[in-house]
Amino acid sequence: MKLKALVSGLLAATVLAGNALAADISLLNVSYDPTRELYQDYNAAFAKYWKAKTGDNVTINQSHGGSGKQARGIIDGLEADVATLALAYDIDAIADKGLIPQDWQKRLPNNASPYTSTIVFLVRKGNPKGIKDWNDLVKPDVSIITPNPKTSGGARWNYLAAWAYALEQPGGNEAKAKEFVGQIFKNVKVLDSGARGSTTTFVERGIGDVLLAWENEAYLSLKELGDKFEIVTPSLSILAEPPITVVDKTVDKRGTRKVAQAYLDYLYSPEAQEIAARHFYRPQDAKIGAKYAKQFVKTKLVTIDKSFGGWRNAQKVHFSDGGVFDQIYVPSGKR
Amino acid sequence: MSATIALQPGALERHETPTTREPAWVKVLLIGIALTFFTVFLLFPLFAVFIEAFRKGWGTYLAALSSQDALAAIRLTLLTAAIAVPLNLVFGVAAAWSIAKFEFPGKRLLITLIDLPFSVSPVISGLIYVLLFGAQGWFGEWFAAHDIKILFAVPGIVLATVFVTFPFVARELIPLMEAQGSEEEEAAVVLGASGWQVFWHTTLPNIKWGLLYGVILCNARAMGEFGAVSVVSGHIRGMTNTMPLHVEILYNEYNYAAAFAVASLLALLAIVTLGLKTLVERQTRKQQTESLALENAS
Amino acid sequence: MAIRKRFSPLPGFGLSLGYTIFYLSVIVLIPLSAVGAKTIGMGWEAFWAAASNPRVVASYELSFGASLLAAAINVVFGLIFAWVLVRYRFPGKGLVDALVDLPFALPTAVAGIALATIYAENGPIGSLLKPHGIEVAYNPNGVLLALVFIGLPFVVRTVQPVLADLEKEVEEAAAGLGASRWQTFVKVILPHVTPALLTGFAMAFARAVGEYGSVIFIAGNVPMVSEITPLMIITKLEQYDYAGATAVASVMLIFSFILLLVINALQGWMQNRYSKGA
Repeated sequence: MKLKALVSGLLAATVLAGNALAADISLLNVSYDPTRELYQDYNAAFAKYWKAKTGDNVTINQSHGGSGKQARGIIDGLEADVATLALAYDIDAIADKGLIPQDWQKRLPNNASPYTSTIVFLVRKGNPKGIKDWNDLVKPDVSIITPNPKTSGGARWNYLAAWAYALEQPGGNEAKAKEFVGQIFKNVKVLDSGARGSTTTFVERGIGDVLLAWENEAYLSLKELGDKFEIVTPSLSILAEPPITVVDKTVDKRGTRKVAQAYLDYLYSPEAQEIAARHFYRPQDAKIGAKYAKQFVKTKLVTIDKSFGGWRNAQKVHFSDGGVFDQIYVPSGKR
Repeated sequence: MSATIALQPGALERHETPTTREPAWVKVLLIGIALTFFTVFLLFPLFAVFIEAFRKGWGTYLAALSSQDALAAIRLTLLTAAIAVPLNLVFGVAAAWSIAKFEFPGKRLLITLIDLPFSVSPVISGLIYVLLFGAQGWFGEWFAAHDIKILFAVPGIVLATVFVTFPFVARELIPLMEAQGSEEEEAAVVLGASGWQVFWHTTLPNIKWGLLYGVILCNARAMGEFGAVSVVSGHIRGMTNTMPLHVEILYNEYNYAAAFAVASLLALLAIVTLGLKTLVERQTRKQQTESLALENAS
Repeated sequence: MAIRKRFSPLPGFGLSLGYTIFYLSVIVLIPLSAVGAKTIGMGWEAFWAAASNPRVVASYELSFGASLLAAAINVVFGLIFAWVLVRYRFPGKGLVDALVDLPFALPTAVAGIALATIYAENGPIGSLLKPHGIEVAYNPNGVLLALVFIGLPFVVRTVQPVLADLEKEVEEAAAGLGASRWQTFVKVILPHVTPALLTGFAMAFARAVGEYGSVIFIAGNVPMVSEITPLMIITKLEQYDYAGATAVASVMLIFSFILLLVINALQGWMQNRYSKGA
C-alpha cells in the first residue's frame, strides 16, 4: 500500500519534472499584522511578473502576527526567505543572532522601507469626544485602544509618536513627556498583543473612543465599515518605516536568494508602489505619491533616528524590561 | 483530568420518598438556577458560534469552508489527530496493563507523572518544544544541520498535540482495569492462551467502551488544542495552521463570518463528541448492570 | 477488590512497563526537564528578577485569584447541577446532562471568541448588562467568566456519581430522627460529598490557572490589570526573553506539580471514603 503510493508519487513527480521545464519555487514571507491585504495583492502581482520574466512559477506563503512574535519565530528557526516587519528593531534582533548581516538596512533604498506609514487616530462617526490631537487623549473621559508596545511594532510607533508630540510642545522635556504618555496609557482600556487585535476590539467590539492605529490600518477599517468611523490626523506624528530584508541564512540554504531578492526589489517598482498606495501605505515613489496625495494628509512627521537616536536606543530606553514603558505602568500599580 | 472522573456511573435516577424530599419551591428554585446557568454559560456560546457563522448566509459559509487555506487547516488538523491519537492509545493500553495488572514500587508516582500534562498550562507545553527544538534550543542546531524541521512545521505541531493529549486514554483505562482485576486473564493464561490472545479475547472486550471513551476525548482535545500549538506553529497560511489557529487568523482579518464558519465545524465536533460520549456511557452502564446480574446469578 | 499478586502469572509486564516509561520520558519528562535545566542555568538572581517582576506578580495575583474564585463559583453551581441532575426530573434533563461537558469538548479558541462576542459591550448579553454598569468583557471579569466556563464540568462530574451513590436509607434515618431537610443536607449529605467537592474544586482550579485560549480573547490583556500568567510567558517569548519566559513557566510548573499531588491525595481520600461505605 505504502510502497505503491510511493512509487506512483515518484512516477508523478518524474512526469511533472519532464513535462514542465519551469521550476516551481516557493517563498515564505514572514510579516506583521496589518500587511495581510497588501501582500495578498502584491504576491499575485509578483508571481505574474516573475512568470513573465523567467517562466518559473513562484508561490509565496504568508505568515502574519505581531512583529516581535514574528521575529522570534525567525530566530527560533521559522524558515522565512524574506522578513517584512513593522520596525527595524525586530530585524536588528534577527541580525544579532547572525541570520542576516548587521548592515541589512543599507542593502535596499530608503532605509530598506519601500513604503512608509504614520500613526493616526480612528474615532467614531461624528467624533463625539471631539478628539483633534494628542492632548485630547489625556482627557479623563476618553478611552483609548492601542496594542501593547512590548509585543506590537505598531504600538511602539504609537507610543513614540505621543512622546515626540509632548517633547515638541512649548516647554516640553523628557519628564513631561513621560507624564503625558503615562496619562495616555491610563486611558487605555484594552491592550491587545497585536495591531490587528486592537482594530478588532475597536471596530468590531465597539470598545473605546479612539484607536491609535497605523494609517493604512485605519483606512482599511474605513473601507470595510466606512460609515461608522472617521480618521483624525494629529498635528504631529511619526514617520513609520516598516523595513524589509532577505533572510540570508534561509535563502542560502534553500537556494532562493535570486528570487527572494527580486521579490523585494520589485516592491520598489511603480506597479508595486501603486499596490502599496492602494492599500494606504505611503509610497516612496514620488509620482505614485502625487497620484494618491489626496488620501495622505500632510502633517509634521518626526523620524525615529532624529528624535530618538535610532531604534536600538529607543528600544533600550523605552521598551526593555524596566524601561520607561514599564515604569509608566508599574509604580501606579493597580488602578 | 476530565478523564479521571469520566467512567463512573452518570446520572442515576433516584426514587424520592416523602421524608427525603425538599419543599417544592426549593426544587423549582434549584432547577431554575441550573437551567439559567446552563443557558447563559453553555447554550448561548454554542448558539452564538452558529448564528455568527450563518450571519452572511450559506454562500459565505460554504465559501469560507472551501477556501484553500481552510481546507489545508482541516487536513492538518485531521492529520495531527490521526497521528497523536493512535500514539496515545498504544501508550494508554501499555500503561494501564502494567499499572493495573502488576504490583511494583513507584506505581503511585508513575500515575502522578502520567497525569502531569493535564495540569501543565498549554502555553508551557508549547514552550518546552521551543526550548528543545528552537534554533537556539538544545537539539535545534543538530536538527537544522540535518535539515530536519520540527518547530514551525508539522512535527512540532504533532509533538505539542501528543503532549497535551498524553494522559487521556491511560487515565481512562487504569481505574477501569484496576477495578476489573486480573482473574479472568489469569484463568486464560492457565488455560494456555498466549499474551496477545489474552489481551485480544479477554481484556479488550472488557475495556472496549472505556477505550473508546478515552479515544473520543483524546481526539476532541487533539483537534481543538490552541495554546500549545499556537506557540510552535509559525502560523504559515495553508501550511502550519490548524483549524483553531485558522479561526484566530480569520478572526483577526475582520473575516468574522469565515472565522465562525470554521469555528462551527469545531463546535460540531464538540457536539458529536458529546453525543458519542453519552452513547458510550450508556453502553458502559449496560455492561456494568449485565455483569452485576451475571455475578448475582452465579 | 481484585487480589493482585506481586508475581503475576500474566505476561507482558516488562514490555508494557518499559514502553510506558520510555514513552513517558520522551514525550513528557525530557521536554519538561528542559524548563528545569534552563531555569537552573540562568542562576538564582536572574530567575528571581524575572519571576518577581511587578507585572508578572500582578499576573500571578490575577491568575490565581480569578482561578480560585472561579473554582469556588463552580463548587456552588456544580453542586446545584449535580443535585438537580441526580435528584430531579425535568424537561431537557438529558440535554443538560450531555452538554455539561461542553467546556471539555469545545476547543478553547472557539469558546473564547464565542464568549467575547456575547459579552462584549455590543454583544447580546453585554449590551443588556452595560446600562446597569456591569462590564464583563475586557477586564478581570472576563477572565473570571472564561474560567468559570472552563471549570464547570470538573465539579459536576466529580460530585454527580458520589451523590448518586448516597444511600437513601441514611437520609431517611436522619429524617426519622427528626432532622429537618436542611439539617439532613448540612449534617449528612454535605459531609458525604465534601471530598468530591474538594477534588472537583482542585481540578477546576488547576485547569483554570493554566488556561490560555479561551481567556485571551476576552481578557483585554492590560498590564497589571488583566494579564494572565500564561500570557506573560507568551509576551516574554515575543520579546525574545527566553530566560524570562522559562522562569515564569517554572514557577507555574512547580505550582502545577504541587496541585497535582494535592489532587492525587484528595482522590485517594475519596477512594477510601467511598469504597468503605459501599
